[in-house]
Amino acid sequence: MLSMRCVLLAFICSTSSYALPRTQSGDVNPYRNSGKTKGQPWPMPLSYKPTPTVIPVNDIDFQFVNLGVHCELLTDAYKRYADIIFGSRSRRSLKFKPDRDVAGDSTVSVLQVNAISGCHGGLSIDSDESYTLSISPGKALLTSNETWGAIKGLETFSQLIYQTSSGQYVVNATEVNDRPRFKHRGLLLDTSRHYLRKEYILQNLDAMAQNKFNVFHWHIVDDQSFPYFSQKFPDLSGKGAYNPETHVYTPADITDIVNYAWRRGIRVMVEFDTPGHTLSWGYGQAGLLTKCYKGGKFTGEYGPIDPTLNTTFPFLSQFFAEVAQVFPDHYIFLGGDEVGYDCWQSNPGITAFMKKMGFGDDYTKLEQYYMQKVLDIVSGLKKGYMVWQEVVDLAKVAEDTIVNVWRDKWQDEMARVTGMGYKTLLSNCWYLNYISYGPDWSTYYKCDPQDFPGTAQQKSLVLGGTTTMWGEYVDDTNLISRFWPRAAAVGERLWSDASVTDVGEAQLRIAEHRCRMVKRGFNAEELIGPGYCDVEY
Amino acid sequence: MENTSKFSLIVLFAVFAVVCGLRNEDVSNVETLPTVQTMGQPWPMPNMYETSNVVLTVDENSFQFQTAGTFDCAILTDAYKRYAKLTFGGYISNRKRPTSLKFRPEIRSDQPVQKLEVALEMPCDGKIYPTLQSQENYDLIVGPGTARIQAPEVWGALKGLETFSQIVYRLETGEFVVNETLIRDTPRFPHRGLLLDTSRHYIAKPLIFKTLDAMAQNKLNVFHWHIVDDQSFPYVSKMFPDLSRKGAFNSETHVYTPADVADVIEYARVRGIRVMAEFDTPGHTQSWGKGNPNFLTECYSKGQPTGTFGPVNPIQDGTYDFLAKFFKEVSETFPDHYIHLGGDEVSFNCWRSNPNISDFMVKMNFSSDYSKLEEFYMQKVLDIVGSLKRGYLVWQEVVDNGVKVREDTVVHVWKGGWQAEMARVTGLGYHTLLSSCWYLNLISYGSDWVNYYKCDPYAFNGTAAQKALIKGGEAAMWGEYVDNTNVISRTWPRASAVAERLWSRQTVVSVEKATPRLAEHRCRLIRRGFPAEEINGPGFCEEEYNRF
Repeated sequence: MLSMRCVLLAFICSTSSYALPRTQSGDVNPYRNSGKTKGQPWPMPLSYKPTPTVIPVNDIDFQFVNLGVHCELLTDAYKRYADIIFGSRSRRSLKFKPDRDVAGDSTVSVLQVNAISGCHGGLSIDSDESYTLSISPGKALLTSNETWGAIKGLETFSQLIYQTSSGQYVVNATEVNDRPRFKHRGLLLDTSRHYLRKEYILQNLDAMAQNKFNVFHWHIVDDQSFPYFSQKFPDLSGKGAYNPETHVYTPADITDIVNYAWRRGIRVMVEFDTPGHTLSWGYGQAGLLTKCYKGGKFTGEYGPIDPTLNTTFPFLSQFFAEVAQVFPDHYIFLGGDEVGYDCWQSNPGITAFMKKMGFGDDYTKLEQYYMQKVLDIVSGLKKGYMVWQEVVDLAKVAEDTIVNVWRDKWQDEMARVTGMGYKTLLSNCWYLNYISYGPDWSTYYKCDPQDFPGTAQQKSLVLGGTTTMWGEYVDDTNLISRFWPRAAAVGERLWSDASVTDVGEAQLRIAEHRCRMVKRGFNAEELIGPGYCDVEY
Repeated sequence: MENTSKFSLIVLFAVFAVVCGLRNEDVSNVETLPTVQTMGQPWPMPNMYETSNVVLTVDENSFQFQTAGTFDCAILTDAYKRYAKLTFGGYISNRKRPTSLKFRPEIRSDQPVQKLEVALEMPCDGKIYPTLQSQENYDLIVGPGTARIQAPEVWGALKGLETFSQIVYRLETGEFVVNETLIRDTPRFPHRGLLLDTSRHYIAKPLIFKTLDAMAQNKLNVFHWHIVDDQSFPYVSKMFPDLSRKGAFNSETHVYTPADVADVIEYARVRGIRVMAEFDTPGHTQSWGKGNPNFLTECYSKGQPTGTFGPVNPIQDGTYDFLAKFFKEVSETFPDHYIHLGGDEVSFNCWRSNPNISDFMVKMNFSSDYSKLEEFYMQKVLDIVGSLKRGYLVWQEVVDNGVKVREDTVVHVWKGGWQAEMARVTGLGYHTLLSSCWYLNLISYGSDWVNYYKCDPYAFNGTAAQKALIKGGEAAMWGEYVDNTNVISRTWPRASAVAERLWSRQTVVSVEKATPRLAEHRCRLIRRGFPAEEINGPGFCEEEYNRF
């Protein structure tokens, strides 16, 4: 997908303006961050009512008490959040115990959790993520319909607790009633342009959970490398990975990642992008890609998947059957973007096929022919699918297809795609791999996926969006710092109410949120300007 | 290899052309191929580098670094330990690539290189520090049986050790090898700096150490420590402890104690790096005011103090008494000959508003020319530091504003239009440093290192005598958006481009040739534990970064 679009312009086309002042300060010097909140949540809940009443929290033997369904998912989450809130147990036992600033019987020592159902239920786009949280002197209660809501509520609870200047843990009496604005709040990682090791994917899932994202869109392969280890077709990674020993995802790795995500209420939606963006498939699967010709001769180069060979679709059937088993999520992302026709046009076999099919010179018909077959294969596996916008720009697809809009003029496209009745996701304004100097988070924050001309019916087809970190310039060295906390801006846009748009207010909260992430071990970078966190990375 | 890199470059330019020309065109047909890497080539490129096709094996288990000749010292013996690890460490243990059909050179294992001998021409014991005049040249000869470094001073030997560690590489079989090589190396510029700003954000000492390690591996030799500024004052002054107590972000956790500063200087010293502190005045001093009342100018509005403060107050004796004591301490704390005195971006608004300063201006016959007041101030500061037998650097505004400074002042050019400024400053006869084109904090999408690489400090209109006044330059990492979370990944390997420009011959300009060598260098930095980010596009390192 799309890596090299015009955002590049800034640096390539103007190389010699260094007139910026050293400090960026001008006459008004922002000597320090204007400030941070204390114990406020990110993203903002639907209803958040804090009071000035400060309640001490018992950090020595804090307990989570289960009133509702019992399941490992929850007990596991309790352990995780005890560590997140108070630091790991070993750190806790060694820690200096400060004098109490806030005393009395009002201490909160227990969070009661009442999740009514959902232990064994799957995680899906229709999972209920709502919860309520009530904190008053001596009592804290978290209630949800499903465990997925409880998981979200635990995160919020962990964010409301803060430390006083002397180190005491406290929480303000607060009422929270929360549910997400959008069902699909995604984040895309690209593990083809650069390989990302499992540890960083897991850490990124932790960061996602902390920002209430719920879909990990795994753009697992592309032109540059094929790190997915296929049990049926091991040559794909054997010959297509950067290194078949060290730069691959084994079935065990994928299971670990899917489970790790599931326990945090995050779906893993894998993308196998075809028929373009597939050069790396060709090394291990001879005959899959189109041979490009020049002057009647094979040039040695390859193009998109060759849709005219009778081996192509049997291979894809077997391949996607495996994918459908390895990745439990209902949806598979089928790509379909940026298909170049030059190679198809050069290939005499394809020319003959075009004639036979009566496609004339219209290669979009060939693309449509290909996509329809792939969509049918995946439907046959009882999976849903998502595609990049080009697919519906060209082809007719099943009604329940979800269309991901990524190109410029996204408002027009959203209007068009929802006008055709398709469910839609937005990514265009959230390409976080594009970097620039200074605070860019507010531009992500201001972009609203329902901000296009359309009826209420059309708006309701918007399921959310996905922020992307394409991998051309991103690997294990900078993934976390480049993504966070900039992605948090998208996290709030997708979770919080449409009315939550005050950048000034958000800045104070996101400053706290960044420091919270840093304290939790993420190298989340500065996004506002000069300042500091009490606990630095 | 050459062909492939040429190809990827063509691809790169094709992308540029398309992107610049046709904003909304799809560029999907242009695919970036993984970047090609050299094997065992040095960065920055030595002055003279001859390498043959004869590949000699190196046994990492028995290899010796040893001093030859009379002069030996702890700087050398410590460096041997360090470079044993840097040369052979960090590789993943299990390497099997049976399918690889890469070209395999002829390897001579009959005469493995068993040791690296280091011979100095001058003693290196005692607490010696590198200086602007230090000789950093060395010869490195690698032949059957032995490799040898010959250098006048230990500082050159350290550079040679670094080069040696870079030209040893590992084959896919796991064997370490080195090509027969002859290197005669000397830097183009004596001042090759990196500026870190520890005021906009505090940078923890371990990350300053890590930065110094990376500098040594890129042959940078001046750590320009922009230690305080408006936003915070992390420097703990023994004489004036209130400065950091009240001016640091946190007086316990966000400060550099005298011991910390000494640690940083020592860590740098043994790596051949000078630590040059900057205490920027009279502007950029808000944080000084908290712990030093009356030091800053009170700003007025309509005849009343507004409660805000401007630059240092230059009209009271107390200011200079304080500065004399303060800089005396600084000169005792930082052994380097040079102190950077700043002097940039002085805003006159507050001075103008202050009635006492207006009176002073009248008394001094400055009329309303506040640059004269600035000159008055700077001259006094320069005299204070001059009397401490220290040299000084200043930002370009000081001479732009007509302040007369001592002949041996080094002027630091940082603003846009630097070519004209370099011509002007060298025309006035001052020694000069360039930073304008190397503001690494100003990030953008893509391979911006190419811009840094192409910027040559000599690229202005001037005589040979003027060019000779250029002492080098500095990459700058201002701290507005940089802290412990990203300082290493944002600085490296982008600063490497600057390092090669400052070290290597002026003729080493081919981006095409540098690209695969820089790709190897980045992977080498990663193997050595730095999260040095990708700068060329899709690709991989055999050993990827892993902090876990």
